[in-house]
Amino acid sequence: MKLSIWTYEGPPHVGAMRVATAMEKLHFVLHAPQGDTYADLLFTMIERGNKRPPVTYTTFQARDLGADTADLFKKACKEAVERFMPEALLVGASCTAELIQDDPGGLADALNLEIPVIPLELPSYQRKENFGTDETFYQIVKALACPQEKTEKFSVNILGPTALGFRHRDDVRELKTILDDLNIDLNIVAPLGAAPSSIKSLTKAHANVMLYPESSELACRWLKENFGMSYTEHTPIGINSTKDFIEELNQIRGVRDSFSDNSRLNFDWWSKSVDSNYFTGKRVFIFGDATHVATASRIAKEEMAFSIVGIGCYNREYARKIRSLAKDLSVEALISDDYLEVEKRIADLQPELILGSQMERHIGKRLGIPCAVISAPFHVQDHPARFSPQVGWEGANVIFDTWVHPLVMGLEEHLLGMFREDFEFNDTAGPSHLSNSKSKLSEEKETIVDNEIIWAPEATKELKKIPFFVRGKAKRNTEKFAFENGHSAITKDLLYEAKAHYAR
Amino acid sequence: MNEHSNIEKLGGCSEIPVLKERGQREVFCGLTGIIWLHRKIQDAFFLVVGSRTCAHLLQSAAGVMIFAEPRFGTAILEEKDLAGMADAHEELDREVANLLERRPDIKQLFLVGSCPSEVIKLDLSNAAERLSKIYFPKVKVLNFSGSGIETTFTQGEDACLASLVPTLKETDEENLILVGSLPDIVEDQLVELIKELGIKEIAVLPGRDRGTMPSISKKSKFILVQPFLTDTTEALEKRGASRISAPFPFGEEGTTLWLRSIKESYGISDDKFEIVTSAPRKRAKLALEKLRTSLQSKTVFFFPDSQLEIPLARFLSRECGMKLIEVGSPYINRSIVDKDLELIEDMPVISEGQDVDLQLDRCRESSPDITVCGLGLANPLEAEGLTTKWAIELVFTPIHGYEQAQDLAELFVRPLKRKEALFI
Ligand code: SF4
Ligand code: SF4
Repeated sequence: MKLSIWTYEGPPHVGAMRVATAMEKLHFVLHAPQGDTYADLLFTMIERGNKRPPVTYTTFQARDLGADTADLFKKACKEAVERFMPEALLVGASCTAELIQDDPGGLADALNLEIPVIPLELPSYQRKENFGTDETFYQIVKALACPQEKTEKFSVNILGPTALGFRHRDDVRELKTILDDLNIDLNIVAPLGAAPSSIKSLTKAHANVMLYPESSELACRWLKENFGMSYTEHTPIGINSTKDFIEELNQIRGVRDSFSDNSRLNFDWWSKSVDSNYFTGKRVFIFGDATHVATASRIAKEEMAFSIVGIGCYNREYARKIRSLAKDLSVEALISDDYLEVEKRIADLQPELILGSQMERHIGKRLGIPCAVISAPFHVQDHPARFSPQVGWEGANVIFDTWVHPLVMGLEEHLLGMFREDFEFNDTAGPSHLSNSKSKLSEEKETIVDNEIIWAPEATKELKKIPFFVRGKAKRNTEKFAFENGHSAITKDLLYEAKAHYAR
Repeated sequence: MNEHSNIEKLGGCSEIPVLKERGQREVFCGLTGIIWLHRKIQDAFFLVVGSRTCAHLLQSAAGVMIFAEPRFGTAILEEKDLAGMADAHEELDREVANLLERRPDIKQLFLVGSCPSEVIKLDLSNAAERLSKIYFPKVKVLNFSGSGIETTFTQGEDACLASLVPTLKETDEENLILVGSLPDIVEDQLVELIKELGIKEIAVLPGRDRGTMPSISKKSKFILVQPFLTDTTEALEKRGASRISAPFPFGEEGTTLWLRSIKESYGISDDKFEIVTSAPRKRAKLALEKLRTSLQSKTVFFFPDSQLEIPLARFLSRECGMKLIEVGSPYINRSIVDKDLELIEDMPVISEGQDVDLQLDRCRESSPDITVCGLGLANPLEAEGLTTKWAIELVFTPIHGYEQAQDLAELFVRPLKRKEALFI
């Protein structure tokens, strides 16, 4: 038993729903009590889905427990097939149904339906949402893919985009453009937009693009083992990762060089331009799903020249990847799905920017630290109407804009420092383009008398002159410095000694 | 619709046919009530013993995670808890110990059962008793079920309040208890009005904290402010309190009839009643008059959600001039909603339970001007061209009483207005 307050991932059947909802002509019968139907609103509200997810819940009740639940399940399958006429049927159990052990697969089989039935084993008490997507997509591919003649021209499938994935819809569009540039044919995108009948044709392609390992690694591996289809392992998010991805595709395809038109890429110049000087060494903390964290780390380090103070992911399946990356970056990896633990780490590290999920945005709000969202889980406001991919050249542009948006930039930083007493330009103002982003840091950290260490009034005054977005860190560093050097009171001089000590 | 064989007559005074359905439901489970209960009862913590699904429901149904560390959480059962029972109880004790140590502000702890905890027969009443022995009097430990196999949506609050009733202090004083949680501002307004009628001893269940929970006696009277409180009603009656039955206080008419039932029960004079109610009545009437033009003759279809449907349908048809097509409710307790039901003229289809696909068929067929439904259905129906109102908003917004009559009507006016205003 583990106390959980906010969770990064839903149960595995929500992962299965993300696959089913992304696809066409597929229906999912989920053995579950009525409350589990809340999952529909994830799709209809967060992604503003204009269709109901293709899911029939059996909604059994206490009075059905015993003999009746199995019949209920069979009835639901029959009715769903009649009403929705899918090309294939997924069947599975939610956490409660898992306990009553009705065996959805066996029950559905006994119905002798005319369409393929794909049973899912989703261990709710061990695994989570991302496992659910990966496993479900794999089971679908395994059940439906069959040998096909290859397309004449070199072609690939894009595997991994699902419903409720962070920018998946737009990533596919950008990737299509890149493939087009490279003169590579696209066979099938799946699960997003694919019907069971198109899954049959996956094997016409020569190779697979594993766009998100979280939702397609099992399928990619299986297709490699059984159909000899190679797959890409680089996720093309960020300039350098996109280049590596293209290089990887070239290798698979056996061509030396190929042309990808990156004339629409602005990120590289934007990052070199003088205004961006101020990003140098900005301390960032990165947390989310492993794929987005790994790509974001590379962008942060190589393409923004930020200084990474910590990274981590919530999906344990990729813990090893994140641990080794952290080692390379000489920071500690945090592998956790405990929101409070992440909050504590961020509070300890006091970064200047958080790159995270909507959970970290909440943490950032509380701690007064700006945050840009780079990973699911996300909020309706992170699902914009405009084209805003993460992948490829345009994705890189979007990332630059998104990360820079919450920061105080360029000369503005100086002006805030110079005119600290100006009533309009005071330090609770925040970046001028974010009208309501009042910093909480300044309020929370105002209590200057700590238990052990006393701040002299003139040091307190001086501390207030430090720009608010680094004040928390300055205060903490000074106290640490004072403590380590055996001072019990902080004077103005000590403040500056500490500043010199921690100068980067 | 007549070919449905499962139409039953509601016996007794209202000879009204009810369409009973038992198919797929699209309604939250009782755990959802925790989202408002934990704000209402300010020294309580709600510890769900359940699965990752339960935790995910609470976080998703809440919509936004505004509370840093809210006063609810889920003890998520894991594989090892499912293996042996003794284990699960020990684990629970440990989690509770940690929690109470970290949150010394907690004075009442509710252990909330879920589908998984019920299916594995984890006895939470036993656990509550055991934990009470350890933590009482500092913390009162209670338990109720919010599971989806036992409760729908608002029945979670019913179960919670029912669990509180046996713990209410016994006195022999007379008092009037308002039952059901309301936004504080609305609660204060209603209490104020009743006080002005001359009733002194008024209490509210649930109280805002442990210290303000009502006391109860054989002379207590109570009146519901929410229609979904079947078990709570029973529990209160078992303790000897008597219920004043009334239509629910929605709109000008509803609030007046509700107050009048109290007036009659206490033998308060007509004059006094006039003096107290005339001003707010006039205000509410005036405000509704303005909105009525937008709603007059518009048709409305209710999907089952909160059990507020019948009283709200009464308000919309009688006070706003709307035409009811179907009024669906997850569960209908006649003895509680009869007073509202009796007032509805032109009886629409009243349905209980749900078979969501069939109901969607009926809804599309009748193409209502406005459809009241859950968040899972709203956007898909909008995309089909229907205008919808999120049912959950009716639970989260202050809508009871005179001063909110206008807000309640506005909730229905807004989507219609928007539809008219948009030109895309
Ligand atoms: S329906 Fe049952 S399993 Fe699902 S969230 Fe509600 S209590 Fe938990
Ligand atoms: S906040 Fe001001 S200085 Fe910074 S980018 Fe926006 S407009 Fe430019």
